[in-house]
Amino acid sequence: MKRHQNLILLIAVVLLAIFPLWLIQKPAPDAQGHQAAIFTGADDQARALVGKIAPDYKPWFKPLLEPASSEIASLLFALQAALGAGFIGYYLGVAVTREKMRKKEKEEKQKSAANRDSDPC
Amino acid sequence: MEGFLPVRHAASWALASAPFVAYGLYSVKKRIREFPEQRMLLGVAAAFTFVLSALKLPSVTGSCSHPTGTGLGAILFGPSAMAPIGLVVLLFQALLLAHGGLTTLGANTFSMAIVGPFAAAGLYRLARRLKLSFATSIFIAASVADLATYVTTSMQLAWAFPDPQSGFVGSFIKFAGIFALTQIPLAISEGLLTVVIFNALKRFNPKELQDMNVDRHAEVPA
Repeated sequence: MKRHQNLILLIAVVLLAIFPLWLIQKPAPDAQGHQAAIFTGADDQARALVGKIAPDYKPWFKPLLEPASSEIASLLFALQAALGAGFIGYYLGVAVTREKMRKKEKEEKQKSAANRDSDPC
Repeated sequence: MEGFLPVRHAASWALASAPFVAYGLYSVKKRIREFPEQRMLLGVAAAFTFVLSALKLPSVTGSCSHPTGTGLGAILFGPSAMAPIGLVVLLFQALLLAHGGLTTLGANTFSMAIVGPFAAAGLYRLARRLKLSFATSIFIAASVADLATYVTTSMQLAWAFPDPQSGFVGSFIKFAGIFALTQIPLAISEGLLTVVIFNALKRFNPKELQDMNVDRHAEVPA
């Protein structure tokens, strides 16, 4: 169990992400044939709620730069994730190699120590 | 949510976050001067929040949100270290992605980079004192920190926009229905992912974890 713990945990994360996709069914289009959107951002829903609670409130600032389209936005999000994941991967790779070298060095030391012991002089 | 907090609220949250960020910067600098070998690990903590806050995941509520990834760094480096790191991540998303926002930066820093990390570090300590296992303690700390972030966001919005009939509480319940409820499965995912990375660190970097007082019982190879 201990050995496979990480694998099991990663599978659990994937299942947790898939489960909602399977659970939530797309509602039927309304009379005008408009499809209701699902899996929109929680931010958008909160924005709509602000509009409901305080209909007179006007946002007083606009984002300086907006991604030109949702495609560009997903590019930037992917870039953000890739940069982070790349760095973590690099660090873990270094750590694994260092551990291997340490082990090898220890073995060689033991071997040479054993040779010296068996040497008659 | 750019521009969605009234000016006075936005300014107050920025003011409230500033001392944490300043102290966090000071403590991170001091630590790197003392232990330069921990610089890479600090990078890993930052990279982890970078990855996790880019992952917009679907939730059982039928909407999407993203985890925060602040638990790892808070447990490794202490909660205050995450304030400047979280700020950098939030700034990246506000400037380039129109996600979050410059006017809401103070409020977002407070919820994600201050409340979350403090919850994570406190819960981790408590869980270890209660003799819970390493993995369980990490899981509880990271997932509750994630949830605490979004509960705080809901409170901030409820405070700025109290319901005309039911006031702060009514408004909080509505915002929490959007943010906190959506976040529950994501918080579980974040908890699990944080355990995954800690398992790897424990296996390959036991000495660092012991030096940082994260895992006193790790076996350190001589």
